[in-house]
This record gives sequence, structure tokens and C-alpha cells, in this order.
Amino acid sequence: MGVPNIVDGDTKRCIGMELKKLFLKANNELENTNGRAKSRKISCKTCQKKLTVEEIRANSFVCPACGYYFPVRARRRILMLTDKRSFHEMDRELVSKNVLEFPEYEEKLQQAMEKSRENEGVICGVATIQGQRVCLFSMDSNFMMGSMGAVVGEKITRIFEYATVEHLPVLGITVSGGARMQEGMLSLMQMSKVSQAVKRHSKAGNLYVVLLTNPTTGGVDASFAMLGDITLAEPGARVGFAGPRVIEKSLNQALPKNFQMSERVLECGFIDAIVPRNQQKEYLGKILKLHARLGEEYRMEEDHVSTGK
Amino acid sequence: MFRQASKPQDDYQVVLGARGENRSTAKDYIQSMISDFMEFHGDRYYGEDEAIIAGIGFLGDLPITVIGIEKGKDTNERIRHNFGSAHPEGYRKALRLMKQAEKFHRPVLCLVDTAGAYCGIDAEERGQGRAIADNLAEMADLKTPMISVVIGEGGSGGALALSHTDRIWMMEDAYFSVVSPESCANILWKSTEKADVAAKALGLTANRLYEMGLIEKICRKGKMKELSENLKKEFRLLLAKSVEELLEERYQRFRKIGY
Repeated sequence: MGVPNIVDGDTKRCIGMELKKLFLKANNELENTNGRAKSRKISCKTCQKKLTVEEIRANSFVCPACGYYFPVRARRRILMLTDKRSFHEMDRELVSKNVLEFPEYEEKLQQAMEKSRENEGVICGVATIQGQRVCLFSMDSNFMMGSMGAVVGEKITRIFEYATVEHLPVLGITVSGGARMQEGMLSLMQMSKVSQAVKRHSKAGNLYVVLLTNPTTGGVDASFAMLGDITLAEPGARVGFAGPRVIEKSLNQALPKNFQMSERVLECGFIDAIVPRNQQKEYLGKILKLHARLGEEYRMEEDHVSTGK
Repeated sequence: MFRQASKPQDDYQVVLGARGENRSTAKDYIQSMISDFMEFHGDRYYGEDEAIIAGIGFLGDLPITVIGIEKGKDTNERIRHNFGSAHPEGYRKALRLMKQAEKFHRPVLCLVDTAGAYCGIDAEERGQGRAIADNLAEMADLKTPMISVVIGEGGSGGALALSHTDRIWMMEDAYFSVVSPESCANILWKSTEKADVAAKALGLTANRLYEMGLIEKICRKGKMKELSENLKKEFRLLLAKSVEELLEERYQRFRKIGY
């Protein structure tokens, strides 16, 4: 019934990508790693202050002058939040196919791969945070605005299924414009596919923590981004279902300044806490610690019951 | 089960047709298929959303819960039903009645006809995203058979929120799409005039979705009796399954999409 949409281990393409990476200039100016670039100056998008790449990095990608949150790509996020060298990636080889033969989709995919230097818009795997094992997925806004196509849905579903079997918590770092139009209904129904996997993971007594980052909107907001046991957000992140321009246009009125900002969404009751970037790792570590103990006790009881039979 | 749509139409014409003013709305379907229908109101948290009509009644001799997105027939009605665009309360009312149906192991029929979930400041601030997400997750675990029929417009997340069901059927002249062809064309090509190109590319017709294995059945338009017979048969079939079987099959139904 299903349509094969993903080329598993498409080695040719992967090798091509690897070679390309060697020659590719880092697209994100903050990600350029060679020594000279570190002292290069970049101006902050909001306060225009000139900052060196090193300064920005040392301050968790937050402008030291005005507090602007620079976008952080998915792999960097994982580095920032997990223990050194603890991350093992899963399903990296999955790449999208243009099943609907949607105009210009292949070119867009190619551009997105080059821009993000990833195969798709989400990175999944297992890592430790302050020594505690956790499954995680981290979305990348450089890959077609973090839009969710069949591969993104498949990868996130797989990580939830893996975590369910392994009794592991899941940490999700979301950034997305929503479902990927170029995959039509195949992409819309990823919302259902991921949500049901989240539900099974939850029913098995496992923890799911979401960290909402700027922006988390559309079909991602209306599915797994809103299904966490604990929902955290970065300051000033846009979180909402419909795009602000769509609403503005249909209502024909200007929107309040804080509309869909994480601070306002918290006031409305949909976010547990807003956690500044430099505190996120510690915060997540605490949450995991709190749940690890409960989990172990619960499982011990379960073992006790089964041996008692 | 497959029926070819009576004549091949331009995909964008299907979209325009699905929005047509003289179409049967959810109320018409309920009137002709369900006897002793009683409408129930309210989400028990905030309010009553008339974009969604929900209640219980008999499909033949089978007690069922019906949840339909209603667009209304004339201007007054359309305003009252908010043109079939639900607020979070609508989705929460739907979920409340689905849970009630689960309690009495009553099958659920969803009639989908919406351009999309309402986008407005109030809808956002009362958690439109959360309401839809909750429906998806809870419907995945609802221990009773569910069928949704897209009778007109299947507009993105707002339609999906009532479609996490064991079967998704579509009227032959309905559409189901991730985005409206106009917005799609506007975003990709900065021109709403290319909506027809977008409509074609999005693969949003019943035929196309059936080919891709995303829906189970295409229903002939105007044949309410036939639809009602088919629904009865299908619900009986689903009711014969154990709850575990039903939930596992529902999981697999969505699990294999895109892979």
C-alpha cells in the first residue's frame, strides 16, 4: 500500500555528498572552523554590533550585547547539549525522493543538502547528557526550513520506536516551517505517523522532552512539538500553528508584538518553561536525572512482579 | 473497492468544485444516513464551536457517534459555522465525543469538509496546534472503530485532525491536500495564478491518493444510500476485530506511509 519513498543507503549519493563536503565552503558563517575565520567579524542581526565568531560561539550563539539568538544548526545543537563524543547517529543514510515528481523539488533538495551539509532536515541518534542516555532528534532550519517530508517523519518515528523498545527518554529539538509541500499528502500524514509513535512511547511510561526553537510552526507544531511530557522553549522563539502573515492577511489587522512568541505562548499555558541557551544542558540533565530514578524503580517493581509469578 | 471517478477533471477544478456553494454538507449526510441523530455541544473546557457538529444516532441499526465539519448553506449559517473552520474547541469537542464513543465501544464516523483549521489570534492562543496534535495522538489509541469520509475539502492539518482513523474514504469529487493550491503557488512561485499547476503537482484528488495508498475507498457522489451501506459493512468488519488487532492495524496503516 505504501509508496517507497526513501532510498535506503543510497551510497552513490552519499559518497557524492561526502566528496562535496570536502570542497564545500562552510555556508553558515558561524560554522566555518578554520583558524582565521574565528577572528572574522560578523554583525549581529538586531543590534548590528560587530562580533567575532569566537565571541559568539563562546556565548552559546547569543549576542553578548543585545541577547539576540543566532540560529544554530542541528549538529551544533547536539554538540552543545550532549556529552562530548557521546552522540551516535542513526539513519543518517535516508534521503528523500521526488515521489510526486513535484516541479523543482530535486534542485531544492540538492541545494538544501549543500546548504545544511546534511542528508535531510533532522538528525537522530543516541547520546548522553550528563552521563544519562537519551534518544534525540534535532531539526535543521538550513534544510528547507526544517520542513517535514517523509524522511523526516520516518527518522523521528524510528527514534521513538527505538526509544520505546529500549525504555529511553526522547529529547526533541524542533525548528520547522511545517509539512513539506513538495511531498503532498505523504508529508501531511507524517504528522499522524509520528504522533502515534509518540503516543506508544508515552504509554510505555517513557519521558519525552521538547525544546521548541525559533520557529516551530505548522504541521510540526500541530503534532509532535506539542506532545511532550515537558515542553521547553528558547526565549523569543516563534511557536504557533498558522504563519503570522497568513493570520495578518486574513484578519486584516496588525498582530500584537508578542504574538506567538514563546513568552506569550507560556502565558497562554502551552509551555512549561523558557530556558536560556547557556542553561539548557544543565536543565535537561536535571530533568533526566529526576526521571531516571523513577524509571528504575518502576522497572524494578515490574521485574519483581514477573519473577513473583 | 476502487471506483474510477466518473470523468477525468482538471485537478484544480476538483478543488474549486469541492468548495462549491451547492454541495452537500455534513448535515445533509447526517440527515440522509443517520436516524435519531442527537447533536451534543461543547468541549467542557472553554466553549462550543459550531464549525463541528457532533452527536450520536443510528446508522441502520448500529449506534454510532458522528462528528462532522459543517460549512453551512446560506450566509447566516456559514457565519454561524465559521465557514467550516474549527477553533481548538471544535477539535476538543470532537475528541471528547470520541472518548465517549470509546467508553461505549461505539464506532465513530467523521465527515471532513474544511478549508483548514481556523487561523486567528484567539485560535492560536487557545492552542490550535496542541488541539490538533492531541487528536492525532489520542485517536491513535482510541479503542473503537473509526472511519472518516472526506466529503468536500480536506484542508491540511484541520482535516487531518479528524482523519487518524482505521479507514479514510473520499468522495470522488473531494480533495485532500497538505496546503491549498493557492498558498502553495504563492509560496513557491509568488503567484496565485499558478494554483492549477500546484493543484496538479500536489496530487490531491481522490484518484491520486488512492493510487498512492493513502486512502482506502473512493465513494460515488450523490449516492448516500450506497455510502451508508458501505459504512455499515465496514464498521461491522472492524467491530469483529479485537481491540489489539484494530489498534495495531491502525498503527501500521499510518506507519508505512512514505516508506
